[in-house]
Amino acid sequence: MAGPPLVEFRDVTKRFGEGPIVLQGISFAAQPGEFISLIGPSGCGKSTLLRLLAGLTPASSGEVAVEGRPPAAVKGQLAFVFQEPTLLPWRTVADNVAVPQILRGVPATERVATVARVLDLVRLGQHAASYPRQLSGGQKMRVSLARALALTPKVMLLDEPFGALDEMTREHLNEELLAIHAQQQWTGFFVTHSVAEAVFLSHRILVLAPHPGRIHSEIAVPLAWPRTEETRLGPDFHELVAGVSRVLRSVERTTP
Amino acid sequence: MSRHAFKLLLPAATGALLIAAWYALHFWVIPEDQRFLLPTPDAILHAVRENAAYLSRAALNTARGALLGFGLAVVVSFALALLLSWSAAVRAALYPYLMAVQLTPLPVLAPICVIWVGAGLKSVALLTFVIAFFPLVVNTTQGLVSVDRNLVELFASYGASRWQQLFRLRVPGALPYFFTGLRIAATLAPIGAVVADMNAGSSAGDGGGLGFAAVIFNSQAKFPALFATALVTCLLGFLFNVVILILEWWALHHWHDSYERTDR
Repeated sequence: MAGPPLVEFRDVTKRFGEGPIVLQGISFAAQPGEFISLIGPSGCGKSTLLRLLAGLTPASSGEVAVEGRPPAAVKGQLAFVFQEPTLLPWRTVADNVAVPQILRGVPATERVATVARVLDLVRLGQHAASYPRQLSGGQKMRVSLARALALTPKVMLLDEPFGALDEMTREHLNEELLAIHAQQQWTGFFVTHSVAEAVFLSHRILVLAPHPGRIHSEIAVPLAWPRTEETRLGPDFHELVAGVSRVLRSVERTTP
Repeated sequence: MSRHAFKLLLPAATGALLIAAWYALHFWVIPEDQRFLLPTPDAILHAVRENAAYLSRAALNTARGALLGFGLAVVVSFALALLLSWSAAVRAALYPYLMAVQLTPLPVLAPICVIWVGAGLKSVALLTFVIAFFPLVVNTTQGLVSVDRNLVELFASYGASRWQQLFRLRVPGALPYFFTGLRIAATLAPIGAVVADMNAGSSAGDGGGLGFAAVIFNSQAKFPALFATALVTCLLGFLFNVVILILEWWALHHWHDSYERTDR
């Protein structure tokens, strides 16, 4: 992939007040359409990295740029998916998906069309009028995903979105996520604890090390696209998972 | 027997048992010369019929004072809760004084109210306001500040303004708390209105409310009528609470966990 990067971190350091340094010397660039997973032991600053990128907290030093501008200036291009579904319990599925557009003042007619489209993408069209408490954990997460997709973001930030789900649901959602990514071609940043998930989804995996949080290594995932459930059965996949796991274990061993 | 019928039959059975015990107490336990202290249920119903015109006018006056004070309390407490939810500093500065008002007994406040706005409806409404206000403001404020942190972050990530955050997130999220406050206030308001009426009501013009009626019947030693007044007061409070419960159901039943889901 060539061309100017969509997302760039230049020597970024983050520290909350006088506390310990959470992230230090973070530098990397991401191309449009690239899918990058962040993996590492707890406390390595993965979530903080996403929050910096979302413009939810500023860098202490260095520069974060999305299309050459600070993230806070391009919030409309960014969508955040949290660990929890984070839905408004008093609103229907359709209304929840419409929240970002409502906050941005998108006209109602346009909103209705978008909501219908993204709910179809996550296969929840027939649940539009349901309330969150009527849905399963996996369905709630899909609503959360649909909501993020509603603004057709250029960058998707996903903070362990499927961590609380069972293995089967997680794998299904991974496949759906890739199918959606293939259609919309946003740049994805995906925080996870699951090596298999990271390998399945990503072009590249950034392994982070803690104290202070820094990029330990960068691993390319040369598996063919499109990736399907068959991908998980292949020997290449298992070799890559084993390789990333070895790196991750070496990081954890050197962690005090 | 269906669960529904059982739920209706159970309180009816308790009621029948209580009334039976009441008659037993009246005729078998209390000595004949003291039976006037506990009039029988039929004597009380008879007193209700006998004083129907007077009691209904009194009930209407009390209801008017209670509603006025209660309505005022809802509006003012909501506005104040919005202010209090703004920051912990505002809460720290104001809470002790809100408590102080709540901790002052109504009969002590009543004469002050009478001096300020005169005896009658205005005083009753003002005193009802004072008693209904506190649970509303405390609960609503609690609701406004107890919003899910993740939802606040979500709104921030979409660049929501502080107003959007308030009216699209905090206020609807506070509704269950608001209704908790409303339930307590709805119980206190009719009681407050009656106590206020006893201490700051006026028989001039409208003839006073239920509190005034109780004072009059008591001074005339009309015990069945006194009990009748108690019954009407009780019914008024019940009505208040039923209306609030219906409103609460309407606002919360389809999404809040305090209501059973009907779709499974």
